[in-house]
Amino acid sequence: MPDTVHLTIDGHGIETAHGATVLEAARAAGAEIPTLCYDPRCAPNGLCRMCVVESQGARLLQAACVTRAVDGMTITTESPRIIRARKTVLEMLAASTDLSETPDALAQIAETGADITRFAGGRVRRPPVIADNPMFVRDYAKCILCWRCVQVCADDAQYAFAINFDGRGFDTRIGTFFDKPLPETSCVFCGQCVGVCPSGALKPLRAWELEQRDSAAP
Amino acid sequence: MLTPDRITTTTCPFCGVGCKLQLHIKDDAIYQVTSPGDAVVNHGNLCVKGRFGTDFIHHRKRVTTPLIRREPQTPGGRTQAFDRALWREASWDEALALVTDRLTGIYQKHGSDALAAFSCAKATNEDNYLLQKLVRSLFRTNNIDHCTRLCHAGSVVALMDALGSAAMSNTAAEVALSDVFIVTGSNTAETHPIIALQMKAAVRKRGAKLIVIDPRRIEMVDYAALWLPLRPGTDVPVFSAIAHVIARDGLVNTGFIEARTEGYAEFVASLGPFTPEYAESVSGVDRGLIVEAARIYAGAANAAIYWALGIPEHTHGTDNAASLIHLALMTGHIGRPGTGLNPLRGQNNVQGASDCGAMPWHYPGYQSVTDESAAGMFERAWNVESGGLNRQRGLSTTEIVGAIGQTVRGLYVMGENPMMSEPNLNHARRQFEQLEFLVAQDLFMNETAAFADVLLPAASFAEKDGTFTNTDRRVQRVRQAITLQGSARADWAIVCDLALRIEAQLGRPTTGWAYAHPSEVMAEIAQVMPDYAGIRYDRLEGDGLQTPVDDSAHPGTPFLFAEAFPRGRGLFRPLEYIPAVEPTDETYPFILTTGRVLEHWHGGSITRNSRLDDLFPEALMELNPADAAQAGVADGQPVRVSSRRGTITLRAKVTDKTTPGVVFIPFHFVEAAANLLTLDDVDPRAKIPEYKACAVRVEPLAEPALPSRRGRR
Amino acid sequence: MTHPEPRRSQLLPALLAAQATDGWISETAAARIATALGVPLADVHGVISFYDLLRATPGPEIVQHVCVDPACALAGSAALRQQLLAAGAEVHDAPCPGLCNRAPAVLSESRGVFVPPDLAARDLVDGDLRWLTPLCGRGRPATLAEYVASGGMRAFERALREPGQQIIDEVRKGGLAGRGGAGFATAIKWEAVAAAPGPDKYVIVNADESEPGTFKDRILLEQDPWRPLEGALLAAYAVGAKRIYVYIRGEYPLALARIHEAVDILRMAGYTGSNVLGSGFSVEMEVRSGAGAYICGEETALIESIEGKRGFPRLKPPFPVTHGLFGAPTVVNNVETLAGAQALLERGAEAYCAYGTLKSPGPKLFCLSGDIARPGLYEMPFGITLGDLLARAGGVRGNLQAILLGGAAGALVGPEALGTRLSMEDMRAAGLPLGSGVVMVFNTTRDLGEPIRRIARFFAHESCGKCYPCQLGTQRQTEILERAAAGAALPGDRQRLLDVGWTMTDASLCGLGQTAASVTLSALKRWPELFPDA
Repeated sequence: MPDTVHLTIDGHGIETAHGATVLEAARAAGAEIPTLCYDPRCAPNGLCRMCVVESQGARLLQAACVTRAVDGMTITTESPRIIRARKTVLEMLAASTDLSETPDALAQIAETGADITRFAGGRVRRPPVIADNPMFVRDYAKCILCWRCVQVCADDAQYAFAINFDGRGFDTRIGTFFDKPLPETSCVFCGQCVGVCPSGALKPLRAWELEQRDSAAP
Repeated sequence: MLTPDRITTTTCPFCGVGCKLQLHIKDDAIYQVTSPGDAVVNHGNLCVKGRFGTDFIHHRKRVTTPLIRREPQTPGGRTQAFDRALWREASWDEALALVTDRLTGIYQKHGSDALAAFSCAKATNEDNYLLQKLVRSLFRTNNIDHCTRLCHAGSVVALMDALGSAAMSNTAAEVALSDVFIVTGSNTAETHPIIALQMKAAVRKRGAKLIVIDPRRIEMVDYAALWLPLRPGTDVPVFSAIAHVIARDGLVNTGFIEARTEGYAEFVASLGPFTPEYAESVSGVDRGLIVEAARIYAGAANAAIYWALGIPEHTHGTDNAASLIHLALMTGHIGRPGTGLNPLRGQNNVQGASDCGAMPWHYPGYQSVTDESAAGMFERAWNVESGGLNRQRGLSTTEIVGAIGQTVRGLYVMGENPMMSEPNLNHARRQFEQLEFLVAQDLFMNETAAFADVLLPAASFAEKDGTFTNTDRRVQRVRQAITLQGSARADWAIVCDLALRIEAQLGRPTTGWAYAHPSEVMAEIAQVMPDYAGIRYDRLEGDGLQTPVDDSAHPGTPFLFAEAFPRGRGLFRPLEYIPAVEPTDETYPFILTTGRVLEHWHGGSITRNSRLDDLFPEALMELNPADAAQAGVADGQPVRVSSRRGTITLRAKVTDKTTPGVVFIPFHFVEAAANLLTLDDVDPRAKIPEYKACAVRVEPLAEPALPSRRGRR
Repeated sequence: MTHPEPRRSQLLPALLAAQATDGWISETAAARIATALGVPLADVHGVISFYDLLRATPGPEIVQHVCVDPACALAGSAALRQQLLAAGAEVHDAPCPGLCNRAPAVLSESRGVFVPPDLAARDLVDGDLRWLTPLCGRGRPATLAEYVASGGMRAFERALREPGQQIIDEVRKGGLAGRGGAGFATAIKWEAVAAAPGPDKYVIVNADESEPGTFKDRILLEQDPWRPLEGALLAAYAVGAKRIYVYIRGEYPLALARIHEAVDILRMAGYTGSNVLGSGFSVEMEVRSGAGAYICGEETALIESIEGKRGFPRLKPPFPVTHGLFGAPTVVNNVETLAGAQALLERGAEAYCAYGTLKSPGPKLFCLSGDIARPGLYEMPFGITLGDLLARAGGVRGNLQAILLGGAAGALVGPEALGTRLSMEDMRAAGLPLGSGVVMVFNTTRDLGEPIRRIARFFAHESCGKCYPCQLGTQRQTEILERAAAGAALPGDRQRLLDVGWTMTDASLCGLGQTAASVTLSALKRWPELFPDA
């Protein structure tokens, strides 16, 4: 099997390692493809679909983070279809959750000119802050459901399996066994979840306390 | 969302894994700790201590001004003073002048043997190097040791004997390359959490087979193909029986034995009695498991052995470690990636403190104090007159404590807490009471500092520069992230200031103490320690360097012994089974074994002054359900635990994690200090105490015996 | 080395069993199951909360599940719902339980378990080519003896004497394509699994029929379970699979009972087990119940479900043919596909191809419901026009306004489509979905906005939540449609619907999201006036 594959991204011939994803190939070649859920520390799942690209011959848009680069592939990273998908996802997400501490989303909203009020008025996810342990708080009103926390709590890092998903669809949340406080679960407070959280939904109690103090100050 | 004033990259101050930390600072305080995903040691993963436990730095109980005892202390009448009212604040000048006067006074009156120092495996290489240099070059004594004595001394002696080098042979992350690995005497998931993650991934993602040999049903057992639950103290028979099966069934690596080892014939002859049946009879481990473990280990392409303090912390700790070394030598599972003999070092810098000579028998770089050429070299390096350095081996930690009241009169304790960490604490207490003068240099008023005449407030890891050397020999930078708290000073700076004063008082020529920065100390270390010869601060940016680093172009050494062992051939040594010194009996029917829990650190000076203490606020004794039923103890019930040396009261946790007949108590909690119970008998060669096995009695108590329970467990 | 079934695979059966015993799944029961199966507690809770039929809190003794999907709505489910509520019943709004031909449908749940619906009720089964359904529609299930007497099991017995490749070749010649909706060539799938390396291979019978408007698989499973099971045996033999899983949706209590019984009888009759009929071929068959998740009809979500996980669809590639159940090569075929394979192999490819069109040979099952004179299951050769099909079912009740083709994931068409020939190729050319064979008729008295909204709600309820376009888009699509119905449409809503719809279609991870807007988008094109733009 050859070590490298050759593909075309936005008209540029690119050589990349065999087994690399289109995202990895593009980033190595300096082409910027936006991502939200992607984190190199976690197995990619193709959730946010911000990284969708057009691959010649494919009917649908492909998520670059999970699409393997193969010889002869022709990839387009920007087109009206792609922009519509990215922008609409951002607009819908902004109407669902608090993105104020998701810098990647804010940057992409600015970049695409997404209108964050476009889907306002519908249901929002605003569960109360959970401060059930001495180490970190869980403010799922800011959760973007990138899955990273669940993944690092499981076999992407810690093998603690303290958290998982709860519910489904729009009502999916990150939860514990019968909603138990974390100290009553298999949580070992490693904070790998806090370390990979991209949206401020998980943060050290210390940081949260300082924020509360700051926001309480006149 | 907080915006940091700055983010400082540094190395975790807790365990020997050496994770890379990024300290997020605002208003000169740490509010968040992260780790970059590309960190070579930990890949961005941290444990609860590294991630959330650095708040001790800002704890209100932190001592940040030099303190002097109001009431002069006398030998025999020395007391512990936790109450700040019994102390007065002093200037550095006054405090150091007092220390200088008293120490030089004792030295001048009673000679070198009257002084001793405890150096510190939490402090930097530079701190340790300088303290041993002070003690050796100014007070001319080798009475300096640190907690390595209480942890891996048996491993070190056995490895030095057999191979000529005592460090981990391989890099922990190489477990990804092992197809079989043994974990023994190590509760890896709690004591080296990040290495445990790599082990779990090796099992779950790469199909490696794990063999756990441990008296406790530790978390790693969940990932194990085999678990051999041995009775504490029966390591030699179990590992020798594995060796017996390997030899008996022809699973040995004859080529390796012939080319790389010596003493095999005599050794293999000594294995005769160690049949699996015999090992079962003394250890309780099913003979079939022993045979299977032997076949799996010997049959592997690449097999590694990882161990921690369950192996060395015995009166026969050196033999225990030797019995592991034999397995690697018989099978040739050493000298390649994914193999090796890997003692997991406990403290963040126990490897470095040992490397840097904070040990009574060795100068920096494991050069013997009895070796004339080594002594001569250090005399020249330190500007000491020829023949000026002491050629006698110094006393080890437990020996220093034992010698108080006889030879040792003045003691300098940098960062350690022997009044929690020494075995048989009641005895240690009586010894400390006899001291003429005691200096403690610490962040907190701990059990040892409370005994002192002077407490010198030291800087935390986040307030100073330096280096730590992790368990797989990686020298990594420690960087100052916040300003010194109060008038605390870095350990190295205190030692230098003191050395200059002592020099002046003794009228000695200077031995060189004018370091402007720890990097200059490292430059000196590189001059005198061949393994560190190529280390310079500018080469440690990024992920550091693994020793040996022979010169300034050397890339470092991920695994050792590819071609040869430092002593030449690996040495087999016939072993005998020596039972634990204190067998159980009707009065004391349980074996007590001690150790750490995930949330706490050693004597607790740091972690009990942290949010970590909210997570795990009180000592718990683990007791098997069968034993609990028999002893009439319910989960969570207070119990009195007594040995021949002491008694403590704590709550019981009824759990399968411990096997019948064995109870486990963590040693972090002063209110139920496990070391009041432990034995101070030591291994005859390594001088390491038997922390892992003594006989105790357990009696249930009524609920009001303890304050009500808080926290999670 | 055999591929052991991981313990976790027993999770869903264990949870269903606990619920059957206690009426719900208590924390204690869940923890006990977690320990027994070695599944993390949080994962167990994650699984419970994913499946609509599993309850982590005690509920009422009896719950009436009233279908809220389009066909039942046409038949007055709203009024029925009011009636039940007025009578003091606990009513649960349920997704389509596949009883559209007997609409409006109600399923009773007693202490967490469905009560099989009226056994005496008769499904109308008719058609011009009764190869899949000759024993259906008689008001009672076929016995194995009847099935064998009618020619059943001969294909399997013959196959056991032939190399597996020969069976695959025959299926290829017969041009069989999947009936689950995607229309993938069955022979290619089987061949890929046969060729994939590995000692353990699986066949999964996808009986998670949940597409609103669809009831064909239910009727086959309830009345002639033998035919799809023989198809599964043929597939297993052809690809070298030693184990067959039949995954039936939890809302089909009668089908579950019948299949359980049929699987037992097949074992006793020697059609499964070791050394089947002395051929040396060994195969086991196991029945699994779903627990209320439309997404589990998606083949990879179904596999995850059997593995004891939440029904999240997997990324493809890799495809199940190489990395399927427990990571092993796996055939996943719809019930009708396997029944079709049986019919094809019983008659031979040549005879099979004598009916239907050149590219879509053989018969197809159509589920007719709504404003049609004789709602029921119709087995017709491919190529019949839509208009002829409606006529075969007695014609439209009232004047035809629209037809929902292919189910919730399908499209709404107007009377202009009546001339379209119902074959894979004709439908593809017309840009229409054949889907699972749903033909739901709406006459001119109907408000078409209502089925569109109901379908949107259905998808919002059934989205697994994995990828953002579907997790968010199904919700936003529903909201926009509902405010339009309430007369509160906002300026730009039409464009919003288009953007949401196309984003889901283009960018969703799996087929559910990719089709969640297809009805809306088809209607937007055909009846733009239904979508006020303020």
